[in-house]
Amino acid sequence: MKLIKTLMAAATALAVTAFVAPTFAADDPGPAAYAQALKGKRVMLVPLAMGFDLAQGWAHYLKTEVEAWGGVFETRDPNWVVDAGAQAITDAISSDTRPDVLIIHAPDLNSYSKLMKKAQAAGTYVILVDNPANFPADAFIGSDWDRLGQLEAEAAIKGCGPNSSKKIGLVQGDQANSSSLYQYAGIMKVLDKNPDFKVVAKPDSNWDATTSRNVTTTMLQQNPDICSIIDFWDGDATGASAAIRDAKLDGKVFLVTTGGGEKAADCDKLVDGTYGAVVMTDLARQSGDMNAIIKFLLQSGQPAGTSHTYIYTLEKATTKADLKPDSCWDLKALQAQAAAAK
Amino acid sequence: MNTIGWPNFRSLNQEGIVFAIAVVLFVAAAIGLPGFIDPNNLVAIVRSVSVLGILALGMAVVIIGRGIDLSAVAIMAMSVAWYLQLLNSGTPDGLAFAYVLAGVLAIGLLNGFLVAYADVPAIFVTLATGSFVFGYVRSQLITQDAVPVPQGHWVELLGGLRFLDIPIEVFVFAGLAFLFFLFLRYTKWGRYIYFAGDNPVAARNIGMPVRPMLVLRYVLSAFVALVAGLLTAASLHSINTRVVNSTLLYDIVLVAVIGGIGLSGGRGGVRNVLVGAALIGILLNAMTIIDIPLLYQNLIKAAILLGAIIVDGIINPRDEQTAQQGDI
Repeated sequence: MKLIKTLMAAATALAVTAFVAPTFAADDPGPAAYAQALKGKRVMLVPLAMGFDLAQGWAHYLKTEVEAWGGVFETRDPNWVVDAGAQAITDAISSDTRPDVLIIHAPDLNSYSKLMKKAQAAGTYVILVDNPANFPADAFIGSDWDRLGQLEAEAAIKGCGPNSSKKIGLVQGDQANSSSLYQYAGIMKVLDKNPDFKVVAKPDSNWDATTSRNVTTTMLQQNPDICSIIDFWDGDATGASAAIRDAKLDGKVFLVTTGGGEKAADCDKLVDGTYGAVVMTDLARQSGDMNAIIKFLLQSGQPAGTSHTYIYTLEKATTKADLKPDSCWDLKALQAQAAAAK
Repeated sequence: MNTIGWPNFRSLNQEGIVFAIAVVLFVAAAIGLPGFIDPNNLVAIVRSVSVLGILALGMAVVIIGRGIDLSAVAIMAMSVAWYLQLLNSGTPDGLAFAYVLAGVLAIGLLNGFLVAYADVPAIFVTLATGSFVFGYVRSQLITQDAVPVPQGHWVELLGGLRFLDIPIEVFVFAGLAFLFFLFLRYTKWGRYIYFAGDNPVAARNIGMPVRPMLVLRYVLSAFVALVAGLLTAASLHSINTRVVNSTLLYDIVLVAVIGGIGLSGGRGGVRNVLVGAALIGILLNAMTIIDIPLLYQNLIKAAILLGAIIVDGIINPRDEQTAQQGDI
């Protein structure tokens, strides 16, 4: 009996070691935990609109990642209408398929604050992207607009040069959007340190290219010796550039703007001289940050609204001189890629 | 009448008041603002309201006939966006333009048909077709809010066109204003618009082709919107469909109404549009020179409009005799 018992014990031990040893080597608990935490989770992006480069770029990079780990990625298109965005968020929170992560591109400092609070109370992590808001979101990912404004002002001063008129014109966005307000604050910080440079006019474009053209025309009419203009968004800076072209001041006025680093919107226009400098957001990296924080939050197990992280994207003023083949991303290429995947 | 102490302003209607305000503003700006009176600045003023004025011409003709076209901005932006999208994806220019012309004609006809023959109020029809045009083109035909003009295309060259250093928009605006003036003043259908706008039933009873005329007005308005869109794209080298969400539509109605074209129809003409556009142009330019923030600009614009309406209400009071059926 004893022998048999010993043999069986030995056999069991052998069997156990034989089976356990290889499993032990292969069984990294990471992927299983990762898959379990993420599988089937829903991520929703509510940008200001789906029809412009930033939103389409984010959506592309997010969708690729989220679907790769077995999640569901959705977008809503408020088409620049604040109410429609609020409606989309409300519907999302109360629907049966409530998103686990809500990525919100806020139109201003306050509009969505209550809704974001509701979303967190319902258990949805809220990530703010690009535009800050008066709300402690789980994470903010985007530009430090103040720093971005400083970079623009530095580029404008450099573009003007020491022997210029040292007159700078601003074409602001509006007086409600945080990106416009903070950008302005950043620009003024740099100009305060360079007192010989002066802002001669600072009209608003209301983010509209025609308005930007009209106010820039007036600005150049009043101050034909302006050496640089900072337009607060590449979406309407086409208007400012049209005004400069019409006033036959091409090459004399150094136009600085900011944008998402899309090829047709930014790099092509640096090449043809329309823009002197563009402070570009590295969109792929910004989307990568979003993906990382989504994965972190979903695995953290912490209730929504516990932590507040700020992840600022590295910004850089790019001029024609330091343009590289990979300075921009190409929306057309992404769309072609998406069409081919279908 | 003068015994109560009111000076005799009876001859002064809203157009006169607005014209007076515009002149006062102009003189004040010329004295107070350096560079305002500069010929280049005056050209810039006219240019800044050219597209607005062109759209207001189309709107004026519709309003005089007691209608309203709320689809104008959608047609303007979306037709041109579609045109440019077709060009960018390689469609031959002639074919692309033919498509767009057909599309614009179709929307104009649809607006006119629904108002004239289906008897749906114009405000609902055009609101709906405007949304439809925007939604359909934006979702089905174009991929981006902003569509660029292909390099070297005639639309781009049009934007650089100058005569005597004056941008082409100004001439197009002037030319269209003159054509509309001729149409309203000297053609039979143009004259009829006033009768149809003042009293559609009576106009119909005496045998005017009220319904076909209605259709024509919406088609006209749609084509005018296309011209305005092409000029916008010409100047900016792209068209951004976001303009549909902007206050442009209200500005168009504002230019027409502030100039004295009554929303109840039957009154006004090209001169009213010019006066309205002049006031808005001078106002915006002066406020930009003074560097007034946009929020205050809107406030001032609205206050002047309200002021003009109130003064008009005091010196031209509405009563049973002057009021019309269908007053809004």
